[in-house]
Amino acid sequence: MAFASLGAFFAMGGHGPYVWAAWGVTALLMAACVIHARLERRQLARLLMRRARRGSTSQPHQASHADDP
Amino acid sequence: MWTFIHKWGSPKWFYAMSARLQPWCWAAALMLIALGTVWGLGFAPADYQQGNSFRIIYVHVPAAFLAQSVFVSMAAASLVFMVWKIKVADMAATVMAPFGAVMTFVALFSGAVWGVPTWGTWWMWDARLTSMLILLFLYLGVIALRGAFASRDGGSKAASVLAMVGVINIPIIKYSVDWWFTLHQPSTFSVTSRPAMPVEMWLPLLIMVLGFYCFFIALTLMRTRSEILRREINKRWVIDLAREMR
Repeated sequence: MAFASLGAFFAMGGHGPYVWAAWGVTALLMAACVIHARLERRQLARLLMRRARRGSTSQPHQASHADDP
Repeated sequence: MWTFIHKWGSPKWFYAMSARLQPWCWAAALMLIALGTVWGLGFAPADYQQGNSFRIIYVHVPAAFLAQSVFVSMAAASLVFMVWKIKVADMAATVMAPFGAVMTFVALFSGAVWGVPTWGTWWMWDARLTSMLILLFLYLGVIALRGAFASRDGGSKAASVLAMVGVINIPIIKYSVDWWFTLHQPSTFSVTSRPAMPVEMWLPLLIMVLGFYCFFIALTLMRTRSEILRREINKRWVIDLAREMR
């Protein structure tokens, strides 16, 4: 351990605000990337399942090269 | 080799294979970043000149590495798309751009914050900092260009061209510290010589860099899979897949 106490760890020898600002923003943005990717995935799964339910009664649509509905 | 490329170029194959690869990438990223964080923040010795502010290096350098590597990957994917018309490559390039922009911002922000106690200023119009700012604008340009076309294909082609041209900026960033006078210190790692740091300082940094790379691979796999579903939503195999999910 490079620090004598927890207080010293947070103070970072007087450089606390700089160290924690840089690390905090990095952690926040990387967490946001993961959360965004998960939300995106969940939304798509929901959309696909809705379409599958709708399509199960009638004949499913032909495969096409059309863009998003 | 060619069959390998053709298999991975098929969205259906990519979707199935990446599902197997993805958990390992996330696990590796999580473990490496956790280890690097604990080691870098708590156990690496303080720098004799900079004190504890030097611990910013453990997020700054990995982010700066990624900012450049993501751009090169995006340009390579764009090239594959333009030459061989492989759509998965275009989908990968699509999802790489925002992450690259985030990493560039992290590198710039952590560098600015580090500059205050170290150089006495948060910004200087010097070669390294300016070329990184240009990289951020290139990412934003690629993202905007892709969205600016009515047809998806037009947007893909325009974004690909900008990515391939913009890659010129990468060697400029790399050599900016050698070509021009700059406040920025020279490269931390090089292939030819040992790092100018003791091992207990650079080993956690190396772990952090590897962790960030794994994070990039995992996130790109995950988001490319979503992009595949979005673009192939009317294809037979995706409709069948949705049936199974239900």
